[in-house]
Amino acid sequence: MKNDKRPINAGRKIGKGVTYALLSLWGIIVLFPFYWMVLSSFKSYGSYNAEYIPKFYATDPTLQNYRSAFTEVPLAKYFGNTLIFTLATTAIMLVVIVLAAFAFSRLEFRGKNIVFALFLSLMMIPNELVIITNFVTITDWNMRNTFWGLILPSVTSVFYIYLLKENFEQIPDELYKAAKVDGTSDFKYLYKVMLPICRPTVITVIILKVIECWNAYVWPRLITDDQAYFLVSNGIQEIRENGFGRENIPAMMAAVVVISLPLIVLFLIFRKKIMSGVMRGGTKG
Amino acid sequence: MKIVLEHVTKRYPNRNRKIKTEVIAASDLNFEIPDGQLIGLLGPSGCGKSTTLNLISGLEPPTEGRIYFGETDVTDLPPEKRGVGLVFQNYALYPHLTALQNIMFPLQNLKGENRPSKQQMEERAVETAKLVQIDQLLERRPKEMSGGQQQRVAIARALVKRPGVLLLDEPLSNLDARLRLQTREEIRRIQRETGITTVFVTHDQEEAMSISDSIVVMKDGAVHQIGKPQNVYDDPVNLFVAKFLGTPPINVFTGEVKNGSLSIGEEAVLRVPGAPDGEVSVGIRPEGFVPDENGAFGCGLDRVEIMGRDTSVVFTHPLMENEQGRAVISAELAAGLSGDKVRFSLKPNKTHLFGPDGERIRFDI
Amino acid sequence: MKKQNLKAWLYLLPAIAFLGVFMVYPLFDVVIYSLEEGYNSASQSFFGVGLYNFSYVLHDPYFLQAVKNTLILVVITVPVSTGLALLISLGLNSIKTLKNLYQTVYFLPYVTNTLAVGLVFMILFKKTAYSDGLINLLINFFGGRSVDFIGGPYWAKMMVMCIYTVWIVLPFKILILTGSLASVNQDYYNAAKIDGTSKWRTFWRITLPLISPMLFYLIITGFIGAFKAYSDAVALFGVDLNAAGMNTIVGYVYDMLYGNSGGYPSYASAAALILFSIVFTITCVNLRTRKRLQF
Repeated sequence: MKNDKRPINAGRKIGKGVTYALLSLWGIIVLFPFYWMVLSSFKSYGSYNAEYIPKFYATDPTLQNYRSAFTEVPLAKYFGNTLIFTLATTAIMLVVIVLAAFAFSRLEFRGKNIVFALFLSLMMIPNELVIITNFVTITDWNMRNTFWGLILPSVTSVFYIYLLKENFEQIPDELYKAAKVDGTSDFKYLYKVMLPICRPTVITVIILKVIECWNAYVWPRLITDDQAYFLVSNGIQEIRENGFGRENIPAMMAAVVVISLPLIVLFLIFRKKIMSGVMRGGTKG
Repeated sequence: MKIVLEHVTKRYPNRNRKIKTEVIAASDLNFEIPDGQLIGLLGPSGCGKSTTLNLISGLEPPTEGRIYFGETDVTDLPPEKRGVGLVFQNYALYPHLTALQNIMFPLQNLKGENRPSKQQMEERAVETAKLVQIDQLLERRPKEMSGGQQQRVAIARALVKRPGVLLLDEPLSNLDARLRLQTREEIRRIQRETGITTVFVTHDQEEAMSISDSIVVMKDGAVHQIGKPQNVYDDPVNLFVAKFLGTPPINVFTGEVKNGSLSIGEEAVLRVPGAPDGEVSVGIRPEGFVPDENGAFGCGLDRVEIMGRDTSVVFTHPLMENEQGRAVISAELAAGLSGDKVRFSLKPNKTHLFGPDGERIRFDI
Repeated sequence: MKKQNLKAWLYLLPAIAFLGVFMVYPLFDVVIYSLEEGYNSASQSFFGVGLYNFSYVLHDPYFLQAVKNTLILVVITVPVSTGLALLISLGLNSIKTLKNLYQTVYFLPYVTNTLAVGLVFMILFKKTAYSDGLINLLINFFGGRSVDFIGGPYWAKMMVMCIYTVWIVLPFKILILTGSLASVNQDYYNAAKIDGTSKWRTFWRITLPLISPMLFYLIITGFIGAFKAYSDAVALFGVDLNAAGMNTIVGYVYDMLYGNSGGYPSYASAAALILFSIVFTITCVNLRTRKRLQF
């Protein structure tokens, strides 16, 4: 309090200072890798390798690395693939979980509780178990190295159905009854009333899924060995192992910057929504 | 011990940073609470009563002014050094501790020679629990107790330190109606037995009036009137106080005083010698109406409600502030009421005059 | 409301289809695989039914190394990350200015691609012919000797792995804990203040018990997550984790499925089931402890 006439503890001021110092320290630790990433991407190949002691600035900043990143490896293709994958998976997922959440929250049917309990129990199954069979399944269906192979197993998550169902349930029954009296079909009600009301949760789910898809690594790596179908994560891995990654670190960094950028930009724009969404998702779990 | 507030003011910077003026939560509070009394801080929400409680407890420092407990200036002392016990509106009982542990908690903070032994702590806690009659439930956790029981634990926790001052923030507002009556008697009983100076905050005037030794009526951060409940009811200093106290509420009309005579509309209803000429607001208590065929004051009769001992007469009048007014008369006098009109004569001591600024205009009775 | 069986099942159909094919069926399938001995994916035939696969996996030195790595990771990173997150959250909770800025910065790692950032970590920690790397520079500055954290001794690699893991998981934990701390009713603190409770006592006897549900949640999910570590290791050490001696249990599963060893779904299934049972047991133990310590 500014007008607090009580003797302000010198200890309290020091305490605050220490807190800020430590918080800033962690902030630096978090930010440093990003700084280094961007910095290195601007160093020319020669100057990077010449630095025995890495410099904190670029002596000879260049955009060459970015050019290399796009020309020497199909970075743009990886980008595009990931974009397609993310959009398609998220879209299909939305349809699936909205329908399912609606069924659980609004419709009465025999065995509803049992089925829902079963769904919930599926949440316990770790991805690592199912991935084995899915690999074989996709292989058997000849869907390796295809988009559908990438998308289909990634579509569902019981967790999102659960989140959305909870949200749907909070809409009072009266709204539904009023809509029914007006002759609204169930589907229309879902589309015109429930979804708009639950928009925040829907957006949360979308954002979480987008992050999940953009950063997907294990599944794409497992079923694609054709570069044309790589996503950004296994693309990066490819560059690192077989591409210029091993020698041309700055170019590698440029590629890394490029693929990290979209999500970071998304994050900065939708910061509040993302963070509150993750928190809600986390606490509900 | 007695509590003295000396020109205490509390200002906050406005939460909307664009508005430069500050919010004045409490304005020039200047009164004294005698030792050993039960005082009710009464007022509508936002009147500053909770702020006043926080200032007394030390949770908030005043922007100006000084506060004394007894002869000691406690203005700069933090809450733990003032020796106050505070019962929160939502009790704030630690959910993970039993009732006994909750009550013992403050004792465990004492240091040095003052610190009692474990056994003494428990004894004192049990003793205090007996005072509030919660000693049978000491092993329960808060969520295993009813609202009323939780509150008693909260009171015990506040009392176990033997504070010089006990503060309660809206103690009855979370209880259901039946429990409220019971609990407010409890509070009075406890206060009498311990003799601790007690201040409680409420927006319910009936509550405040029924158990307080004195009430402090507040609005917009300022004290409007202090006094014994009956006195404040019978002799309000302004229109706000008159309207705030009393159930059913006072009936307010517009009227005019000329040459010592009060008129409402065309009718001269009462002699008010000593009152200056001018337009006035007239407040008439429900019990101030006497049905009288030859009475000076005529109103439209809406309906009569039988309550057994009394009868409520619901009436209308063009110059009345509200659409309907209510008079309370004893049942015997209600016999003659019929039709759609009724005439009253007014009791002078139940008729109050207020000027355009709301201030009370007194006259000779 | 009259029963709307047909309609409901219609709405549920897509979800059931996807979940059935990609979740339920695999569950059973994996168990079957793990019990089929001598499975050969080329001929799709197998010898018999039994626990041979499990025995093979449990005797495989690569698997045991992976278990060791994973265990160390779990034991170190879960307490460290939870404790650090708690400290940081407490710090965040006590300041007002710049709080948003700090929270935004701290959350950054969550939205980034772990492989991408892992590369940067690799560069910082790796000692090459060209340069010692930045981290080593720092170590030298404080008087220590340079170590190759990526290609060098086991303890160094483990250390980098732990550091990176903590770095990655902290944002989520900080987020949850700050939310949890903020939800503690201010009245509790006021009541404690009135009673003159010291800061330490307030933390230990009030704050901590009140956020303990969230803490437990973070510990349990932390355990589960750490047991499933894989991508972070790949980010640091590359795809051939066995060569680096830094394989994890999950890595072993994938190796068995696809990698160098190529096409042993039975072993992979056995290993995956072993992993699942470990995680399941630990979760149960955790939940049991939680029930006892809860108020």
